Amino acid sequence: MSASETPAGPATFEFTADNLALAQRIIAKYPEGRQASAVMPLLDLAQRQHDNWLPRAAMDYVAGMLGMAPIRVYEVASFYTMYNLKPVGKHFVQVCTTTPCWLRGSDEVLAACKRKLGIGPGETTADGQFTVVEVECAGACVNAPVISLNDVYYEDLDGPSTEALLDTLIRGETPKPGPQNGRINSAPIGGPTTLTEMAQRNGVKPASQE
Amino acid sequence: MPKLTIDGIELEVAPGTSVLQACEQLGIEVPRFCYHEKLSVPANCRMCLVEMEKAPKPIASCAMPCGEGMVIKTDTDTVHKARKGVMEFLLINHPLDCPICDQGGECDLQDQAVGYGFDRGRYGEEKRAVKDKNLGPLIKTIMTRCIHCTRCIRFSDEIAGVSVMGATGRGEHMEIGTYVEAAVSSELSGNLVDVCPVGALTSKPYAFTARPWELRKTESVDVLDAVGSNIRIDTRGGEVLRILPRLNEAVNEEWISDKTRYAHDGLKRQRLDRPYIRENGKLRAASWEEALALTAAKLKGAAPEKIAAIAGDLADAESLLALKDLLGGMGVASLESRQDGSAIDAASRAGYIFNSTIAGIEQADQILLIGTNPRWEGALVNARIRKRYLQGGLTVTVLGPRVDLTFPIEHLGNDATLLNAIADGSHPYAETLKAAKKPLLILGSGALARPDGAAVWAAARAVAEACGLVREDWNGFNVLHRAASRVGALDLGFLPAKGGRDLAGILDGARKGEVEVVYLLGADEIDAQNFGRAFVIYQGHHGDRGAHRADVILPGAAYTEKNATYVNTEGRAQHTRQATFPVGEAREDWKIIRALSGALGKPLPYDTLQQLRKRLADANPVFAQVDRVTPAAWGAFGTAGAVAAAPFTLPVENFYMTDAISRASATMAECTEAFVSPAVAERTGTHG
Repeated sequence: MSASETPAGPATFEFTADNLALAQRIIAKYPEGRQASAVMPLLDLAQRQHDNWLPRAAMDYVAGMLGMAPIRVYEVASFYTMYNLKPVGKHFVQVCTTTPCWLRGSDEVLAACKRKLGIGPGETTADGQFTVVEVECAGACVNAPVISLNDVYYEDLDGPSTEALLDTLIRGETPKPGPQNGRINSAPIGGPTTLTEMAQRNGVKPASQE
Repeated sequence: MPKLTIDGIELEVAPGTSVLQACEQLGIEVPRFCYHEKLSVPANCRMCLVEMEKAPKPIASCAMPCGEGMVIKTDTDTVHKARKGVMEFLLINHPLDCPICDQGGECDLQDQAVGYGFDRGRYGEEKRAVKDKNLGPLIKTIMTRCIHCTRCIRFSDEIAGVSVMGATGRGEHMEIGTYVEAAVSSELSGNLVDVCPVGALTSKPYAFTARPWELRKTESVDVLDAVGSNIRIDTRGGEVLRILPRLNEAVNEEWISDKTRYAHDGLKRQRLDRPYIRENGKLRAASWEEALALTAAKLKGAAPEKIAAIAGDLADAESLLALKDLLGGMGVASLESRQDGSAIDAASRAGYIFNSTIAGIEQADQILLIGTNPRWEGALVNARIRKRYLQGGLTVTVLGPRVDLTFPIEHLGNDATLLNAIADGSHPYAETLKAAKKPLLILGSGALARPDGAAVWAAARAVAEACGLVREDWNGFNVLHRAASRVGALDLGFLPAKGGRDLAGILDGARKGEVEVVYLLGADEIDAQNFGRAFVIYQGHHGDRGAHRADVILPGAAYTEKNATYVNTEGRAQHTRQATFPVGEAREDWKIIRALSGALGKPLPYDTLQQLRKRLADANPVFAQVDRVTPAAWGAFGTAGAVAAAPFTLPVENFYMTDAISRASATMAECTEAFVSPAVAERTGTHG
C-alpha cells in the first residue's frame, strides 16, 4: 500500500470546532504521554467529517495533533479495513459475506446489488451515490444475511428485499433499519415463542401455538 | 543470575539475557532474521525457534528471557521441523532471483535456506509481487524480496531517529515502505542496507558491481570526519568498490555515516596521478625528480621565516611529523594545521579532545551542546547521544543554532555571551549543570573558529570548572572536531612555533610578499587565491582547491591507499591500512617528504614506516597506544576574556561535501541534490 494508489485529496484538513472539542475529550481519556492511543477514534472522527474517507492531509493532521510520526498513522489507517483511504459513495453498502451470512444467502444479496447498481464489490457507481464492499463478519449473524449501510444495519435480506432496499435509497428515502422480512429484532419469524404474555402486553402477536 | 541448561550444558547468565543470547555465549548458532543485537526485539520472523522443556510448543528464543532451571534444546527433530516450516513460509513469496540479486553470497536467507530450506516448493498458488519504493539515491529497493523482518523500520525509528519507514496494509497486502514517496533523509541511511537480511534493500551505487567472494577485505579507519569510524574497505583489482562498517563498540558500534560509506567513488575522480609543475601559468606533467628538485630549490632559496606550511584535514600523523621534522629542522616556524582558523592550540591535551569518550556519552545525564550540529559534524556521536536519550533520563541543552538532532532539546538561545553567564553562575542553567550527576558539554569546532575563539574556549573551560564537569573520575569537557587530522596535528604540535605565523598571518604574509613559499599538505579548505605571489607547493591526492593554485604538485595517497595513523576526536590513535595502491605515480605522503628531505640534502632519520612510527611514539606517547584513549590531565587553556555577543554559526553547510574526496564523489553530489539543496531552497526561498 502506498500513497500513490490513493487520490491526493485536499491539501489541508482541519477538524470543525465541534469535532475539535470532541477530539480533545477523546485525547483526555488517555494518560499523559500515551496520547498516541487516541489515534483510532481520531481517525474515525476525521473520516466521518470528510465524507467517509481519509485523505492524507487528515492523517497528517491527526499525526500532528498526537505528536506521532505520520508513517505510524498511515500504518494504522492502512491496517484497519474500516478506514477508507479512497472516496466512497454517499451510501456505503457493506455486505457481510462471512460464513453465517453466506450460508443464509449473501451471494443473493451481492447479486442483487450488481443487478440494481451495476457494480461489484469494491466498486463505486458513476454518480458517486453507492459503493459496495464485501466485509468480514458484521457481528449480526442471528439476522443473517446483513448489509451495513454506513452505520445502519439492514438484516434478514434476500435478493428481492435487497433490491427494494436499494430502490428506496435511490428514491432518496430512508428505509426502515433492522430486519427486512417482518421479524422483530432477532425474535423468531412469526413472533415470539417465549415470554408471550409480555409480548402481548407490548402489543406484539406471539407465534401461533399449535 | 538464572541458571539454565542448553543442549545439556549448564550455564549461568546475567538476568534479562534472552535464550538466543545465552545460546550465542555457548557458541550455538541460532538462525534468525528479525533479531538484531542493536535493535528492539519484535520476534516476528519465528526463525529462532528452540524447544523448551515443559513448554507445549517451540519458543522464539530471541524474545524469551532465561529463567531459573530452564532446559533448552536447540538441536532436536522438533526444532528442525519447526524451523523448516518457518523457512518454507518465508520462501513462499520470496523470488528465486538469487543469481541477479546483489545480496547473493552474503544473504542471511540464502545461507539459512541451505540449512533449513526444502529442495522444492510445495506452493502452487500465485506468488505476490510488491512495487519497488524510491528511497533516494543511496538505497535500491526490490520489495518483492522483503521477508517483513522489520529491521529497517526499527533501525530508522530507533537508531537513525527518523520515523519514515513503516509497514502499511495488512496480511497478504502488508508492505514495508514509507507510504508517501520519500527518500530516507538521514545521515545514517546507508546502514539500512546492512541491517536488511535479504536483498530487499541494497546499495544503489554498488548495484551489480561485484560478488562478495571477489572482494579483498581490508580493515581500516574512516577519515572523512573526526569520529574515526572503523571500516572495512572492499576492493577488487585496485579499485575501492564499497566501504562497510566494522564493529567497534567504543567508537561507531556497527554503524557508519553515509559520507563514510558512499564517498569512496570520489577516490576515482579528480585524482593527482603524477607530479605537475606550473609553467607560464599552466600546469604541465613532470617527473618526480624534476618536481622534487624544483621544490627543494624553492625551499632552499627562501629564508626560513619566508616559508610556511599548512596541513589539511586529511593529513595523517606520519606525514605531519615528517613535514614538521623537515621544515622545523630548517628553522621554519610558520607551521599551521588549523585551516579553519580555529583558536585551539596544544596548551593542554584535555582542552582539545573528547575527554569523556564517545562511549562515555552513555553515562551522561545532562549534555550541553555549544555551537555545534553533531548530526553533521560527527554523525556517530549524535547517534550515541540519541542512544543515551532513548535510555531515558537525559536532557540535551543547545547553545547555538537550533537544529533537528533526532531527539528533543532544550534551547538556551544563540547568544555566545551566555557562556560567560553560565560560568559565573548568573544564568540559571549553571544550577542545572551543577545538579547533574554526569554533566557533559560538547564544544563544536565551529565555535572555536570565531574571531573570539580563544575566549570561547576559555569560557567553556570556566563552565566546565565552575559547574563540576571535571572531577576525579569524570571529565565532561569535550571538543567535537570535524577534521580527522586535527587531534593528531595538535598532539604533534604542528602549530606555529615561537615567532611563527598562524593561518591569518600566513595568508597576510603571502599577500604582502613576506611569505614566499607555502607548503600545503592536502590543505583544501582555504581560499587558495589568497596566496598572492607566493610559490605554492601542494602535496595531496585530489585536484581540489589547493591544487588549482599550486605551482608544483606532489601527488600523495588517499586514506585507502596508505598505512597511516589518525587520531580521532577522543584522542584515540588508529591505523588505516593500505587497501589499494596510490594511483599512477602517486606515493605515500611520508615517503614524499622523506624523498624531499633527500633532495634537500638533509635526509630525515627514518627509512621505514616502523622507524617513523617509533619516532611518532617518541614525539608523543599517545601514538604508541593504538586504539586506546589515554585520559588527559586537566590544564589551563584558552584566553580568558569576554565572549563577543555574536551568535554561533554552524561550520558544516553540506554534510555530504566537506573534503576533497566527498567533493569529487558523484554519489555525494546526488545526495546533496536530494537532501541538502531542497532544504536550502526552502530556507532561502530561492526555488521556483
